Amino acid sequence: MKNKTNNLPIKNNLYWKTNLKVLITLLFFWFLFSLGFGILWVDFLNQFSLFGSGFKLGFWFAQQGSIIAFVFIVLIYALLMNRIDKRYQIKR
Amino acid sequence: MSILNWTYLFVGLSFSLYLYIAWRVRVKDTQGFYVAGRGVPAYANGMATAADWMSAASFISMAGLISTMGYAGSVYLMGWTGGFVLLALCLAPYLRKLGHFTVPEFIGDRFESNPARLIAILCAIFISFTYVAGQMRGVGVVFSRFLNVDISMGVYIGMAIVFVYATLGGMKGITWTQVAQYWVLITAFLVPTIAISIQLTGHTFPSIGMGSNLIENSISDQSKFLLDALDDSLRDFGWHAYTESFKGKWSQFNVFATALTLMVGTAGLPHVIVRFYTVKNVQAARWSAFWALFFISILYLSAPSLASFARYNMIHSLNGTSENNLPNWFKSWEKTGLILWLDDGDYQVRYTGDSSNEIFRSGKLNPSQLNQIKSEHELWLNSNYMEGTDGRAIMLDKKLNGPDRDIIMLAAPEMANLSNWIIAFVAAGALAAALSTASGLLLVISSSVANDLYYRTINPKASEKNQLLVGRCSIAFAVIIAGYFGLNPPGFVGQVVAFAFGLAAASFFPAILLGIFNKRVGTIPAIFGMLSGIILTAYYIIYCVFLSGSPWTFGIIENGIAPEAFGMIGMLVNFAVTLLLTPLFPPPSKQMQEKIESVRKPELI
Repeated sequence: MKNKTNNLPIKNNLYWKTNLKVLITLLFFWFLFSLGFGILWVDFLNQFSLFGSGFKLGFWFAQQGSIIAFVFIVLIYALLMNRIDKRYQIKR
Repeated sequence: MSILNWTYLFVGLSFSLYLYIAWRVRVKDTQGFYVAGRGVPAYANGMATAADWMSAASFISMAGLISTMGYAGSVYLMGWTGGFVLLALCLAPYLRKLGHFTVPEFIGDRFESNPARLIAILCAIFISFTYVAGQMRGVGVVFSRFLNVDISMGVYIGMAIVFVYATLGGMKGITWTQVAQYWVLITAFLVPTIAISIQLTGHTFPSIGMGSNLIENSISDQSKFLLDALDDSLRDFGWHAYTESFKGKWSQFNVFATALTLMVGTAGLPHVIVRFYTVKNVQAARWSAFWALFFISILYLSAPSLASFARYNMIHSLNGTSENNLPNWFKSWEKTGLILWLDDGDYQVRYTGDSSNEIFRSGKLNPSQLNQIKSEHELWLNSNYMEGTDGRAIMLDKKLNGPDRDIIMLAAPEMANLSNWIIAFVAAGALAAALSTASGLLLVISSSVANDLYYRTINPKASEKNQLLVGRCSIAFAVIIAGYFGLNPPGFVGQVVAFAFGLAAASFFPAILLGIFNKRVGTIPAIFGMLSGIILTAYYIIYCVFLSGSPWTFGIIENGIAPEAFGMIGMLVNFAVTLLLTPLFPPPSKQMQEKIESVRKPELI
């Protein structure tokens, strides 16, 4: 019993650390696909086009790509975090 | 059937549907009133959040903004959707675990201070009113064009509808009505966009059509990419190219800072955060965030396509047209003052980006001012440029060149000669977008007043029934004020929107983020942080927009900081002040620290 209570904060800490890791990784991609590719490096990317379409790559990221990336980021977040939640639930 | 009859049919049908839903799910307790009894499934909550999120600004104005701004318009696309990601990842799950109804409640409780709560309440109310005023104007524009009624009559009808279903159903009624409104608005947006995409490029998916070749026809060169053709036409007529980045006021710094301000500002918008309380647990809240962004992205991926199609169509349907064969859409929109033509004497329309432009909008001018400009212009033409004054120079001076951006979406189906029922359906969609957001915001105003101000600050012993009464009364009061702004649209609505996002970015976001992720931040640093962010941002926007001060450059920023972009600076100042003061002041109470710690554990299912 004593052991269990001692272990609890450490495990919770691990949960929080995993949570932060997921968060920071996803925020990195959030930044990269929108503010990064869409604004900071837009002129460089505009030299290329998206698979031979009429979209310049940087412009495409600013008006389409970033939004698609956002949907995936939130999807991955929901899947990952709900799984992590469940895992730590069982260990408890 | 005529456009008018179709519009009556669609608007009548959709409004009765909303009222029917509100009646079916009416509620009797505060839980149901503010958070829908926490019993809404994730996908439905996602759909409702999407409708709440997509306002008249997203539906009516955004495509127009992108259409006129080109690349720089991306700040709205990235800003509004990117803010949703921040909200879903950094704020919503934690606020949900702490179990607060509203943002002011979180700030007041977390920083254990009623003054902090009061600052947050005032910000929430200000932001919500700014927003509601914009929605009501949207309702007015749609009614005056499509139903041929007076703008004021339109606003009265809108007020009555919002009032009935917001007071009757509370959050629960609003949630289910918004699900219906989502379907109306998304269909209304997609049908014309897809039709125009097929017409111009032959592709069913507008997002693909935008990057494809134009179909061969009378006005276009064969096998040329739509975007390339658009770029070329814009250059020919004196604008900068559509896809070209960083032009004029939109330097790289301003595009970056505005996008970030919109992201952070949207994440702090009170009416969307509250949606995450309407589902039963954190897991469902995450799914509902995904569904919401998924449903939002359907419109946000189509809007830039519509923007480029509409710009292309507008340039080619106006330029070179003579007085006798002006398109019908032009004539019907001319009546609203959102577009007007001042000829230079050759009876040919010229819509360009330089001084030969003849297409304007009436903006804030009242009818008598406008008539004076028109008659002076007529005199100037008839007297062979001897008497009177060139109206075009006056309009250019007042920065009223080009049509009002609001007509781009609303007139796009007419520009493309689509059927009457599609044109009418767009009106119903625009109303759905405006009303869904207005009702969500009115609920935030009411909960800020009834829950935070009345129950938590003034009369903590108030009974359930009493709170509900105050809630309903404050909705009624808020509807009347919002209606007033709809009837007498303040000329500054557009500029005030910059204000709303800037303030949300500079006040709420840092306070909530630090409140969740930093256990050490106490009362005083948080209050000083928020105040310094708010005061600095408010000062700069008032100085720039209302006192026409010249923008700050700090010696390094080309063209200075745009007022829309300043929220980012306010936010950084808020973070800096709060974090610098934190070590000097006591940490939050033991109890509060434990409560924050509890958020860092997985929630029991």
